[in-house]
Amino acid sequence: MEEGLLVRKIREGTVIDHIPAGRALNVLKILGLTGREGLTIAVVMNVPSRKLGVKDIVKVEKRFLEPSEVDKIALIAPSATINIIRDFQVASKRRVEPPAVVTGILRCPNPNCVTNSEREPVTPRFVRVSLSPLKLKCAYCEETLSEAEIVDQLVSPYG
Amino acid sequence: MVSGLGSRGNPFYGRDVLSILDFSRSDLEYLFAEADRVRRDPSAFSGELRGYVLATAFFEPSTRTRLSFQAAMLRLGGSCIDLGELEKSSIAKGENFADTVRMLDAYADVIVVRHRLEGAARFAAEVAEKPVINAGDGKRHHPTQAMLDLYSVKTLKGSVDGLVYGVLGDLKYGRAAASFILGLSLFKPRKVYLISPGLLKAREDVKEALRERGVGFEEVESPSEVIGELDVLYVTRIQRERFPDPSEYEKVRGSYVVDSKLLRNAKEGLIVLHPLPRVDEISFDVDGTPHAKYFEQARLGIPLRMALLKLVLKG
Ligand SMILES: [Zn+2]
Repeated sequence: MEEGLLVRKIREGTVIDHIPAGRALNVLKILGLTGREGLTIAVVMNVPSRKLGVKDIVKVEKRFLEPSEVDKIALIAPSATINIIRDFQVASKRRVEPPAVVTGILRCPNPNCVTNSEREPVTPRFVRVSLSPLKLKCAYCEETLSEAEIVDQLVSPYG
Repeated sequence: MVSGLGSRGNPFYGRDVLSILDFSRSDLEYLFAEADRVRRDPSAFSGELRGYVLATAFFEPSTRTRLSFQAAMLRLGGSCIDLGELEKSSIAKGENFADTVRMLDAYADVIVVRHRLEGAARFAAEVAEKPVINAGDGKRHHPTQAMLDLYSVKTLKGSVDGLVYGVLGDLKYGRAAASFILGLSLFKPRKVYLISPGLLKAREDVKEALRERGVGFEEVESPSEVIGELDVLYVTRIQRERFPDPSEYEKVRGSYVVDSKLLRNAKEGLIVLHPLPRVDEISFDVDGTPHAKYFEQARLGIPLRMALLKLVLKG
């Protein structure tokens, strides 16, 4: 089924394509979109895709992304592409890439890690050790974070 | 302090010492050669670090490691300052770790840190401009212990390569054992037996280090299964304070003992090492056997740490 048949084109905004199937709602969550903002939002899930088999797509009218939002999307949807739409045309298109070093976005799961010590001025920092599946390692205590744990943290209500 | 290449071919100059894996085999060989020079003629080194100050900051008690750093510094002609007992120090007044490190950074030329939190030494190294030496943080790293252990093997057996090792004890929470295994991965052991009760098996990241560097290893539960094959038996104690759950500790305490009966089946040249202090995992009847090398190992700590301090501070 052609996605164009499901959702009309947007005039201006962002299309996040090639989201791993099932993670579209997580992307909305990261962008803080609830639907109450008055923006037109389209979420298409489980669309056939040549690259991924099936994929999700999120279109948001009149909304563009901050670099920190792009980083977070890259962490939960490493295959995603971000298209900026202006006047119904794709003005730019790029693939996200999970950052090689993730600073401040994620917490270390090791309770005995110095980054979880409340009174210390230390920002959690993770180094990417594998891209697919995504795996990060705490720069301080070396605990690893799996892709599932990364997604969990970024979309949990306390994240 | 940021780790970087040293001056005059010395790979340690100005560097932090946080994990044994921050160093290469040739770095360690450079250190061992320097430690050999110290042992051959200690008096030639007695004035090497005159005017330099070492600070020890132990946020977790360990008299032995602290004293061995201080003794090494004094034997090089340097001076030592110490944070003192925690309950009497600024920490008790509510100062955080980072501020304490900043203060020591202003007073000393090198800071030796021990802390119960993992990653504390790396954090200290980011805060401090002076080199930081990790004397143990959490359950992961104790690099100078590993350097000393490898140096002991090299000194007592002639080489670290080509030997069959047994590492016995708490391989899950014990940082000395973990650091020793990580250190072995930098060399070419013939085989490494990881010997521990099921509850205390080596962590995945430690085994991964062996796999990554192609070191063959096998996990077994009892030393008697493999004792006849070993050239080196490295024994560690079970430390109650590392266990998140005290009932887990009760299940494994006293689960292995190295005694002369076990050693009856050992190779003639087997050496038994232990980072000390021991509690009851090596019985006293081993002390008189030619296998017992743990006191010699402890003695080697001084020249090894002297060499390290000299290389880090002076080149
Ligand atoms: Zn951590």
